[in-house]
Amino acid sequence: MINAVGRDIPDYLLVDGKEVYQGRFAKDGQVLKRDAPTCVMNEKPVADKLCESIREACERCGAHDGMTISFHHAFRNGDYTASMVCRVLVEEMGIKDLRVAATSLGDAHNLLADYIEQGIIVQVQASGVRGRIGDAISHGKLKEPAIIRSHGGRPRAMMAGELHIDIAFLAAASSDKVGNASGNGGKNNCGSMGYAMPDSRYADKVVVITDTLAPFPNVPASVKCEDVDCVVVVDEIGDPKRIGTKEARVTQDPRDLMMAERAADVIAATPWFVDGFSYQTGAGGPSLAVTRFLEERMDAKEIKMGVAFGGITGNMCDLQDRGYVRKIVDTQDFDTKAIAHLHDCPDHVEMTVSDYANPASKGAYVNYLDYMILAALEVDVNFNVNVITGSDGVVRGAPGGHPDTAAGSKCCIIVTPLVRGRMPTVCKEVTTVTTPGECIDVVVTDYGTAVNPARQDIIDCLDAAGIPHVSIEYLQEKAYSIVGEPDPLKWEDKVVAIVEARDGTILDVIRQIKPYTFE
Amino acid sequence: MVIEKMAMAGTLESSDAQVTVEPADSLTLHIESSVLNQYGRQIKATVEEVLARLDVTSGRVTVVDKGALDCTLRARVECAVFRSCDASMVNVPWGGVIQ
Repeated sequence: MINAVGRDIPDYLLVDGKEVYQGRFAKDGQVLKRDAPTCVMNEKPVADKLCESIREACERCGAHDGMTISFHHAFRNGDYTASMVCRVLVEEMGIKDLRVAATSLGDAHNLLADYIEQGIIVQVQASGVRGRIGDAISHGKLKEPAIIRSHGGRPRAMMAGELHIDIAFLAAASSDKVGNASGNGGKNNCGSMGYAMPDSRYADKVVVITDTLAPFPNVPASVKCEDVDCVVVVDEIGDPKRIGTKEARVTQDPRDLMMAERAADVIAATPWFVDGFSYQTGAGGPSLAVTRFLEERMDAKEIKMGVAFGGITGNMCDLQDRGYVRKIVDTQDFDTKAIAHLHDCPDHVEMTVSDYANPASKGAYVNYLDYMILAALEVDVNFNVNVITGSDGVVRGAPGGHPDTAAGSKCCIIVTPLVRGRMPTVCKEVTTVTTPGECIDVVVTDYGTAVNPARQDIIDCLDAAGIPHVSIEYLQEKAYSIVGEPDPLKWEDKVVAIVEARDGTILDVIRQIKPYTFE
Repeated sequence: MVIEKMAMAGTLESSDAQVTVEPADSLTLHIESSVLNQYGRQIKATVEEVLARLDVTSGRVTVVDKGALDCTLRARVECAVFRSCDASMVNVPWGGVIQ
């Protein structure tokens, strides 16, 4: 069946009430009963919840074949915990048919790619898949299609009972003996535990894994003892220095700076740029630079940012320290500076990824977002965005909060170079739709700025401010004139991954890629 | 032109291509590319067009492409062939096969 972004979704996937995507607000007002985890009565006085080993915790939590386990990715490329736990489950306990529902997976998890290839991990559900796991998925190694969800879509799926986690293994920088756990206060801090908190409330069993045992009670705690079954102390949970591949610093690339300045001009020309505005950027070079150009525009208008939220960099913390930002509400820290800042500054606070982006809530933060600055791998002439499949059709990205913030924000701006190497960013049709075009308002490139024709209000603002703009088709033609028109990718029939819209409908599918031949 | 010895041009930097040519009895072409799925056909056509223009009829040609534009690819193939027959420092056929 063809969905609202023109993608053909195979009928065999449309079972058990699964529907195709029908538009960004199609499910608004729908009533939903929250799924609840099972809980065991604990009445007796006990000393602690400490386990000698991960294996002991797994046994106490009833680890079994076919179970669904979860991890959070606050340590990103520096995460040790997911691989550590999977090794115990597979090598020591011989568990089979594992389903891994991590908040995201990447280069730190190549061991899991081995288990996928060996048929031990049979399914993956995540907001992003990078590294060898992406290759394994794209080459059809999973028994069941992977499910890709946004940051808001994942807690929605847990609330709706579509994703039910048997055991959540949550790395925590510090924890006491009963599971009051935090992303700070340890030897390896990750800062916000925004991804982990919803899992602690919706998983049947919760194991906190830490390398720093803090005195009881370890409060304020992000994950609370009432939700935790077991606590395991290991040598190292992760390496905070590898959260970001490099320290996020403002780019010196003149092309990035030019695009950033144009995006800042768009912001300053639109009506939501008033005192107390809310703002989020991705952590990419041009996106971060937009913030720098906003400073002088805030000065000129004598206004301050009310709140910055989402993933936080040291850059944004600096801006707050200099008085430009009243509150930072933080789901994830991208560098060690932001991690320390979360701990030290009372106006920089943690929030859960559900609070941030869950559409099945009474109003997530993204619904109150004025400006969202995002990157994209591809944008097509219908403004649909792809951030998951590369030019070879292989899964190597993460929607993350992209679809949530794009849908919720009043003005969503994509900042991207027109071409990257030989890859055209603005194209006729994206490989995979991860964010529907109806959520994308402005595309800023080094060859011009295009506004979604659906946003006549923004077009009028730019015209009034004398900011030039072009059609998205002009940008696409310009890109193809530089790099040539790409040949269509060749796919097998087999669906290897399902891209869920944030409301749980099917936005797109990713098929197995055919090996390339010159014939 | 005749490929007389092994020669190389280009780098493995993003947006470049590294082209290696070696003497051989027949003409063979091996292409690796970071954008193979979308541009493999066009890369092959570009390399073949340059080799034909230079009248190269034998040799083993290897292209390791990192997303180079056609103009870059053409320049790298030309340079590798010139170096293989000592036509790169002097005797560059400006105005001939190089327009």
